[in-house]
Amino acid sequence: MNCLECDAKISAPKDALPGEIVTCPDCGASFELYKEGENLQIRPAQVEGEDWGE
Amino acid sequence: MFYDMIRWEEKALVEAAKRKNIDLRLEDARERFFDVTGNDLPDLGDIILQRCVSFFRSIHLTAFLEEKGYKVVNGFHQSIVSGNKLYTSLALVKNGIPTPRTMLSFTSEASFKALDKMGYPAVLKPTMGSWGRLLAMLKDNESAESIFEDRESMYPLYQVYYLQERVKRPPRDIRSFVIGDRVVAAIYRVSNGHWKTNTALGAKAENCPITKELEDLSLRAARAIGEGIYGVDCMESPEGLQVHEVNSTIEFKNTVPATGVDIPGMIMDYLSDKAAR
Repeated sequence: MNCLECDAKISAPKDALPGEIVTCPDCGASFELYKEGENLQIRPAQVEGEDWGE
Repeated sequence: MFYDMIRWEEKALVEAAKRKNIDLRLEDARERFFDVTGNDLPDLGDIILQRCVSFFRSIHLTAFLEEKGYKVVNGFHQSIVSGNKLYTSLALVKNGIPTPRTMLSFTSEASFKALDKMGYPAVLKPTMGSWGRLLAMLKDNESAESIFEDRESMYPLYQVYYLQERVKRPPRDIRSFVIGDRVVAAIYRVSNGHWKTNTALGAKAENCPITKELEDLSLRAARAIGEGIYGVDCMESPEGLQVHEVNSTIEFKNTVPATGVDIPGMIMDYLSDKAAR
């Protein structure tokens, strides 16, 4: 997978799950993993909401 | 398990379920719709763990699920009360649990009157919110004036003034973890120089012994909200421990390595027991 911002290569951990956040090692942008067919893809991660937390 | 983001905690819960041969199904709350008026209910297993990071998503979904007969942890009442600092304070006071002196007001004028009575310094907190967001230290009349002016141009929730005395405490607080009727772990959240002690803001987690006082107080605080899974926040005041928050949908990424306690495994055990009840 390539970063949607800077095109650097992003690799997901082996045990990655849809909904997990990955960060581009080059530019630091955050992306959410989602499943497309059998493969994991990335899309821009949601920005922290005011109601997020414990 | 309903979720809207997979964090360290959700992965640890998945791993714990695998270890314990528990059939844990992952449901992304954002991908489903829920038929409020219909009766065609999906099979969602024996018990549901609510792990949505969005509070509004979490309480609306839990309201639906519980009303339709599903067992949900934490329940709707517990989530509503623990998700609002005022409701939590009221439950703590009602149950005689030591908590910092707190005032409620709805205008800056009334807030100044409250502060005249309570004294400075004080802390202004949004009644809903986490991770130390938008907490303000009111050192004196002038700083309060500036902060109230900001609040007056913000979303109406921020014009609910929840004012709390600034407790004289060491530069740390205590987070204890309650699962059902057990206090399973506790950490000190040691400030990194900031007056807030949220680990989300860089406070360091260190193992904290579970003393009898901490255990009793944590269990009483949890019972005041209702049975469930909680992170109980306490401060070491000169008069003894005081509870200032009870948190639902707990995070334990920093606590597991600091204490060596298998919190995700214990959550799975608790859910298995509760599902069988």
